[in-house]
Amino acid sequence: MEHLAFTCLSVFSLACALGVVLSKNAVNGAMCLLLCLAGVAGLFVQLHAYLLAFVLVLVYAGAVVALFLFIIMLLDMQGGTPWKFRGLNAAAGFVAALLLVTGLNLLAVRGHLEAGPPIGHSVGSSLKLYSYQLFTTYLLPVQIIGFLLLIAMLGVIVLSRRVPQPEDAK
Amino acid sequence: MTPSLDSYVMLSAALFAIGFLGVLVRRNTLVIYMCLELMLVAATLALVAFSRFNGTEDGDVFVFFILTVAAAEVAVGLAIIVALFRARQTVQVDQLDSLKH
Repeated sequence: MEHLAFTCLSVFSLACALGVVLSKNAVNGAMCLLLCLAGVAGLFVQLHAYLLAFVLVLVYAGAVVALFLFIIMLLDMQGGTPWKFRGLNAAAGFVAALLLVTGLNLLAVRGHLEAGPPIGHSVGSSLKLYSYQLFTTYLLPVQIIGFLLLIAMLGVIVLSRRVPQPEDAK
Repeated sequence: MTPSLDSYVMLSAALFAIGFLGVLVRRNTLVIYMCLELMLVAATLALVAFSRFNGTEDGDVFVFFILTVAAAEVAVGLAIIVALFRARQTVQVDQLDSLKH
């Protein structure tokens, strides 16, 4: 049963990820990204990371994809050139594909990653344990991340200010 | 029977590869950005799987940080793209070649 759910979710996610890459229209690509994220959130639920599935849907599907759609509408882009594969890009893609296939092949042939069966009571599912970790071991990173968000906000405000044109100054 | 760690890692690698393919072949800056997000999500999937199968929560906590950084990155990146569009009236990478020469 769990295996069937895993297969369905992974095929769904992969198909939607391919949709992001292959769709001509950027809006369709954003929608495919949304569906792919929903599939990954389902996989997170299967891995008993309920909080992360929730946060993924909230942050990515809610905020990031909406932001993408806003920008696509703002820039009003149509069509564009979907597929060009040539020169250095083709070489880079070929080398990367070769490395990936070699690595996965080694993983599949040489044996398994050393891991027992999943632990019965998953630690990721317990919100209390999770927040305990966040506010003890990872307290400094949490504060740094907060600072990073502040800096990002300031950066966006500075970037989106209209730069005064030379003609405007006169 | 639960899926093994191997299958999760394979799936994560495949998602990452698809995102990388998109970064290589697409010419639209926004679509390239979406593919970058896809690669980040693939990395988080691997982290969650490792965390689950090893019985530690460090991976889960790290995914939390990745999501935060990704949100900040998207905000700044899209602001840059909008500023770029204002300056050049295009978001196609072919035409954004001022740094090339």
